[in-house]
This record gives sequence, C-alpha cells and structure tokens, in this order.
Amino acid sequence: MEIVLISLLNGLVYGMLLFMLASGLTLIFSMMGVLNFAHASIYMIGAYLAFTVSRFIGFFPALIIAPILCGLLGAGIEVWGLRRVHQNGHIAELLFTFGLVFIIQRGVQMTWGMLPMAYRVPQILDFPLFTLFGANFPAYRGFMLLISAGMLLGTWLLLKKTRVGLIIQAALTHPQMASSLGHNVPAVFTIVFAGGCLLAGLAGVIGGNYQTTEPGMADAMGPIVFVVVVFGGLGSLAGCFIASIIMGMVQTFAVVIDYSLIDLVKPLGISITADNLLTEILTVPVSRIGALLPFAMMILMLLFRPRGLLGTRDT
Amino acid sequence: MTGMIGKSWLWVAAVALAVLLPWCFYDFHTGRQSGFVLSMLGQMGMMIILALSYNMLLGQSGLFSLCHATFFGMGGYAMVHFLNAAGDGDLPVPMELMPLLAGLASLALAVVFGYMATKQRATAFAMITLGIGELMATAALMFHHFFGGEGGVSTNRTINNSLFGLTYGPSIQVYYLIVAWTFIAALAMFFLTKTPLGRMANATRDNFERAQFMGYDPRMVRFLQFALSGLFAGIGGGLYAVTYEIVTFDALAAPLSANALLMAYIGGTTVFGGPVLGAVLITLLQSGVSLMSNSWLVYVGVLFICMVIFAPSGIAGLILGHRPIVRAGKLGQLVVPYIRVLIPGLLLVLGFVGLVELTSFLTIGAAQGKTLKLNGNEIDVHATMPWLISAVALIGGGAWLWLEARYFRRVWDGLMADLKAADGKAVRVLA
Amino acid sequence: MSTPALSIREITKSFGQTAIIRGVSLDIAAGERHAIIGPNGAGKTTCFNLISGRFPITSGEIHLNGIRIDHLPPHKINRMGLSRSFQITSIFQRLSVFENVRCALLWSRGYRYSFWSPLWRQRELNEQADVLLEDLNLHTRRDIPAGLLSYAEQRALEIGMTIAGGASVILLDEPTAGMSNTETDYAMELIRRVTKGKTLVMVEHDMKVVFDLADVITVLVYGQVIASGPPEAVRANPAVQEAYLGALVE
Repeated sequence: MEIVLISLLNGLVYGMLLFMLASGLTLIFSMMGVLNFAHASIYMIGAYLAFTVSRFIGFFPALIIAPILCGLLGAGIEVWGLRRVHQNGHIAELLFTFGLVFIIQRGVQMTWGMLPMAYRVPQILDFPLFTLFGANFPAYRGFMLLISAGMLLGTWLLLKKTRVGLIIQAALTHPQMASSLGHNVPAVFTIVFAGGCLLAGLAGVIGGNYQTTEPGMADAMGPIVFVVVVFGGLGSLAGCFIASIIMGMVQTFAVVIDYSLIDLVKPLGISITADNLLTEILTVPVSRIGALLPFAMMILMLLFRPRGLLGTRDT
Repeated sequence: MTGMIGKSWLWVAAVALAVLLPWCFYDFHTGRQSGFVLSMLGQMGMMIILALSYNMLLGQSGLFSLCHATFFGMGGYAMVHFLNAAGDGDLPVPMELMPLLAGLASLALAVVFGYMATKQRATAFAMITLGIGELMATAALMFHHFFGGEGGVSTNRTINNSLFGLTYGPSIQVYYLIVAWTFIAALAMFFLTKTPLGRMANATRDNFERAQFMGYDPRMVRFLQFALSGLFAGIGGGLYAVTYEIVTFDALAAPLSANALLMAYIGGTTVFGGPVLGAVLITLLQSGVSLMSNSWLVYVGVLFICMVIFAPSGIAGLILGHRPIVRAGKLGQLVVPYIRVLIPGLLLVLGFVGLVELTSFLTIGAAQGKTLKLNGNEIDVHATMPWLISAVALIGGGAWLWLEARYFRRVWDGLMADLKAADGKAVRVLA
Repeated sequence: MSTPALSIREITKSFGQTAIIRGVSLDIAAGERHAIIGPNGAGKTTCFNLISGRFPITSGEIHLNGIRIDHLPPHKINRMGLSRSFQITSIFQRLSVFENVRCALLWSRGYRYSFWSPLWRQRELNEQADVLLEDLNLHTRRDIPAGLLSYAEQRALEIGMTIAGGASVILLDEPTAGMSNTETDYAMELIRRVTKGKTLVMVEHDMKVVFDLADVITVLVYGQVIASGPPEAVRANPAVQEAYLGALVE
C-alpha cells in the first residue's frame, strides 16, 4: 500500500516533468509539423545554464534567466536555420533538427566538460516536505509540482485567454486555415518554437537537479518525450498531459513490480524448466523491462490509433 | 539501357581499387598488409552496405527510418549464433554463404517490423521505427539468451568450412570476403532500382496518391522495400560479426542508425552511388579525424547541417550537377571561381576548427590532461593569440566566402543559362 | 438496358458537420461522354474523390460495371477499370517523362511487385511506352525529369498516364485548367483521341470544351444535381441559367 502511494506521488512528479518537456514539443509538432529532435537537447542546455547561473547569482534568478535564454536560442534556430530548411521539404526539417542534436551535445561537452555537474537542489528547498510511511517526500519535488502546475496554468491561460493564444490554437489544428486568414504565420511559428524551447529550458532548470546534469541527459529523456507526444496525439495539449502522466506512472510503477508474465499462469500449476530466450521473456520481471514499456505502448498506439489519445489530426 | 552499361567502368574500377588497395600498404618487414588499413577498409565495406540499404528507404522510397541499425545488428547477432553452430558441427554451411544466412535472418525480422511500420506514413512511420529501434536496443541489453546482455555474444570465425579452402583466420581473407559481399550486395541493390518494384518505390516517393491510381498499393511497395533493405543490412551485420567475432548492443543502437542516415545523406540520396561516397567519407573521418581530435562529431554535425541547408542532394548530387557543364566542355570556366571560393572556404574551416579545438582542450582536454599540439608545437589554450587568430580566420573567412560565393553563383547561373539557350532543352539544375 | 458503366446512388458526403454532397444520383452508360459542371464549391471534385475512392462516402452506393466499389481503396478501384486525373497536376516529378508513362503501364501489363525482372529488357513494354509518348507528342522530352516540363506538357502527360493502364472508365478533373486557347484545342483533340471507345467523365469549367465533347451534361450546385441531359436541354434549362447567372455575389 505504501509503495503504491509513494509511487503514485513520484510518478506524478516525473509525469509533470515529462509534460513540461512534451508540451513544448507537441506545440511545435502540431503546428509546424516538425518533430524537433533537438528538444531534449534544449532541455539539457536549460539544465546546464541553470547550473552556471545559479552558481553565480542563485537558483531563483536562474529559474527565470535560463528558460529565457533557451527561448532566445530557439528563436535563433528557427529564424536562421529551420526557416531556410523549410523550403527543402519535411524530411530536410527533420534532418536539420537531427543534426542539431550532435552539435548541441558536443557543444555542451566542450563548454562544461564531460563529467556530471554538481547541480544541487537549493538549500532553501532541501528539506522533507512530509513523511509518508517512513519515506521522506522532498520539498523540492513539491516545488517541481508547483512549477509544472503553474506552467500548465500559465500555458492554458495564454492559449485560451489571449489573442496570440487564440491564433496559436487555430494554427495548432488548422495551420493552413490560419495562414489564409492573414495571420503572420512565420512570426507565429517563431514564437511557438521559441516558446516550446522556453518550456524545455524551464523543464531543464528544475529537472536538472532531480536527475543528474550530465551530457547524456538529452539521450535519456529524448525518446520518452517523443513517445509522450505521439501517444498523447497531435493538436491536443490535454492528450499530451494525460500521456505524460500515464508514461510517468508506467515507468515509476514498473520499477516496483517484481512480477513477470509467468506469474499470470503460475496459479495454474505451470512451471518452466527450459532455459532459452522465450522463457527468459516470460520470466523477466516487469521491474527490469520498465524501459521497454513506453516504446511498446507507442508502437501499439501508432498501429491502432495513429491519432493518439486525444489527437485531432493524424500524425 | 545505356545508363547501365555506361557506368560499368565505375564498378570495375571500384572493385579493382578495393582489391588492390591493401597491397599499397604492404609492410615488407612483417610481410603483411597494414592492419589499420585493412580494418578501416573492411569497415568501409560494411558501412557501404549499411548506407546503400538505408538509401533504399530514404532516397528511393521516401521512408525516413530510425531503426535501420536494428537489422544490421540482428544480422550480426544471428551470424554469431550461426558461426557457433557451425563451429559445433551443427550447421554445414560454408563461410562464403554465411552472410546470406545472416541476411535472411534479418529479412524475417524486417518482414514482421515492416508490416507494422508501413501501415503508417511519413512522421508516424518514423516514430514507429524509432520505437522499434529503442525497443530492440533495450531488449539487447536486457536479455541474456541470444543477446548476451551487456557483454554481447562472441564467436570464433575459423569454422573450417570454406568453398575455397580458406580458414578466414588472417585479416586479409576476411577483407576479401567483405569485398566480395559488398560488391554482390551493391550490385543487387543497383539491379533492384531497375525493376518494377524499384521504379514504383521511386514513384511512390514522388507521389503517393498517383501511384495508387495506377493500380499499385503503395503500402505493399514500401513494405517490400523495407523488407529487402533489412535483408541487405543483415548481410552487412553478418560481415561485422565475422570481422570482430563479437557483437554487442552497439551494433543495433541508435548511434549506428544515425550513422547510416548521415552517410546516405551526406553522400547524396538522389544518386545510387551517393551513399557509397558518404560511407567512405564518414569512415575516413571517423578513423582519421577521430585520432587527431575528439570533436569530430561536431564537424560531422556541422557538415550535415550545412548539407541539409545548402546541398540537400548531397555530395554526389553536387558532383552530378556539373554534368551538363562537363558535357558542354565548359568545365574550365569554373576553375578560377572554384579557387576563389576554396581559399576563403579553407580559411573559414580552419578558423572554425581552431575555435572548436581550443574550446575542447580548454575544458575536456584539461580534465584529461591533454594539450593541444600543432605540428608538434604545444599551443597554450589560455593565451589570447590562438583564439584571436581562429576568430579572425572564422569571421574574415566567412565574410570573404560570402562575397566569393555570390560571384560563383553568378558564374554558375550564367553558364547554366547559356547551356539552356544553346540546347533548347531543360537541363538539370544544381541541387 | 445494359449495365451502366458507372452508377451512383444517392451518395452523400459530410466533412464533420458540413455536408458537401447532399444526395447525388447518376447513371453513366458505357462509352458515354459525360461532363459535370457547376459553380465553384459545388462539390464536383469531391464527387470524383468519392468515386475514385480517395474519400469514403457518408452514405449511398457506387457501382462500377455492376460491381459495388464505394468501400474499396483507390488501387483496387483502379484495377477494376477506373482511372482518374487530378485537378492539380499529379505526376512523378523526379522520374523522367518516359518513366512516368512506363510506370503507368506496369500493372496493366502484369508486372506487379516484381523485383527480379529488369525493366530495360522488357522490349514490348518499352515500345508501348514510346508509342504512347508519341501519341502525346512528348517523345522529344522523353528523358527529361517530368517536373521540368511546361504546364501544358505536364497536363498532357497527366492525361497520358491516366489512360495508359487501359481503364474503361476515365475521370478527368479539369483537364484544360490554366491552358491557353491553342493549348486547350490541342488537349481536346488529345482527349477525344485517347478516350475513343471508353467512358469519359469530365469536370470542366471551359464551356467550349464541355459543349464540344460531351454527350450528356450534369449540373451540380451545392452538392446536388439540378439538371442532367443532352447539352441543348441543359443549356435551355431555367434552373441552370439561374444557377449560373443569378445570385452572382453570395
């Protein structure tokens, strides 16, 4: 019982972090049709920038400065890179963002080195918020939830209550229509791309000391974020949110489940004696294959419902 | 079909080069060819197969796959098990035919995965392949049977079963096995482009809907291309297993899939031989440059992005773009413009390399205790001079290049317009 | 009364809440030259899309030579003998003109998904493609990438690819759109020649083409048929006149 509640909380925290990352990507993908492979790389830059800024000024200024810098970087990438590549076609855009991954990866390594950074939780937030069945729930995680909830609220307000938000919403589901209505779609694209990168940067700021800040963090988060975006569906932030929570829960709970496929049939008295690949698959505990599950889920979703959970358009 | 005959000299030349090259690096002291050269050339062969089979998808069918290494790696894993079985006497297949077996194993897998993936188009397809790739790479790490977990699986290639009586112990024999199979695979893939399936794959790439209204199910076309490309990738993986006698999850991990993409794209996806060029170039860069600098990934990344923006048809596409000019005998007119572009270009590249290396040694190098050396002279990364020189070269070279590039463009466009007027026919344009 | 080549029964099509086709019924006899005209937005191209299987119908039935086709995918419908051209030129840009035509011939000549028979050795197939190119007057542009042809040449190629497969029912969507008078005359002559003996259904805006080529004209307004019959009858029909001349600004 304790495990379930604790896992629920942790899953929620991780899911919200995923959502921060994935929401930016969903916006970019839904609107521009570009799957920004470098999105997790921006997340990484956000974490590193936050580390550096917080060393000189402090964590809370970093919370504001780092995302803004990431947003500016995104704007730069869009204006000088993506826009030029756009005329060469869809695949060229994908390839461009793909190439960015290498450059950013190495750039980060060159600037900060290859070792993990000692990006620590600020002391002011480093205390247990409450204890649940003997395990501490760190205040920092509560802070993370707060920020991600705030971001969710802020994005929702921006999209629903402002004019720019309205245009973005329209362009999310009907990009051509928005364009033919006379809106400056290129400028909107830049804003959306920059905004998505800003969100990724923000996720990096708070995620960087939840996970380790090291050059491999983009590769670790990247694929999962894609899974979330695809699973949640195009054109829907709500779907993205649900998918993030689901994936967060799946990965958190998987780690604590020690059962395997074979346990489903054990009550029937069947036991395994052979020792080969098939039996290995049957007997492997779920806790070990946790990393596999999101991909399997994404593949299944794409096969049977390419729109994703709440998508309004086909991927 | 003149295109087929006309280029056969290229094939012969390539094979001759491949066969003779190791002997140019013969070490008379040890009585053997240079091991380094053999290793690099062998790697090139495998990468050629990988890149060509990838281009069956990207360049010829318009399919952006992110799991190509899966089939390469599975071919490798299968080969290890086949070799082990052969070594135990359970599989009486000669070594020369083993790569084909590995290919067939990958084919089986490609049929299953291809059926799933080709149900969707464009981005959804790419995402399914991403999922498949990650799934397989993770599975390879997890399961011990067949994959051997983190340590991988290993084998011994001296199975003592050969059509020519070879043991395949010495590297040179393995090398010629690679040459033979690379040639066979490349020829087969080239032949494929001239068949109904190959042509319809191109058609489906250009216009999915039109292909439908000609009686073809585009999905079936893509599925077959996907499966066949898996077959060839598996052959490459099989050769990998024979060469290194060990296969780990790297052989099917994302970086290798990315490599396939890089090689095919940089070489040129619009020409059959493009990926070959890309494979050779990238392997050279990897072997050569990575010895001198550990920032070669940045260079490849920047090269890649530059190609995406400025030359989407790749290096081969750029070269072929000169064809009408060569045919009209006007190539000489481009010599001076090229020189005028090359010099500032070189300056720009040197400046960029300088800055990258300086930065790299400032942080990473320092941590590793290495220092930057140019021609044996040590360069102090903390002094301002090297930085200044590099920055000036970068900015100055960049500005100068921009000017020269415009001049070059004018000359090129002028030439093209002249040719068009002279011919009366439309000519192929650059990129 | 022989089976009509194409039989459309009360088809409707709605995209979401918007009804585009509101109940269209049409019988087209074999060998007939049938033109569908109407103001912009009437749903003419949508009709084509429904018949050729590009979009699924919301309700109704479509029969080709007596067999029901409204739930079939486009390639299956094509194999049953129906072929179409597109309003926006739809060819294979990067393949040569010759290859475009040859690809259009492949399936009907029995080639299927073969990856073992080299195309350069199929003499009959290649000859047929060359003959077709001559017919289209494109043989001088044989080896040029199709994307580099002039607009009118591309339209001619499009028509050629549509009839290459030997389909018995040909759907042409605004074949002369964007053409000059001489180009239109030439295209009309081409269409008349290559669709001889086949059933032709055409969407057109150019009235000269319509009244010259068509045996039967159907007028479509707001997704419904308001008139259908021989050209003179349609021309004299008051409802048609109102649709074209009345209510000019909506």
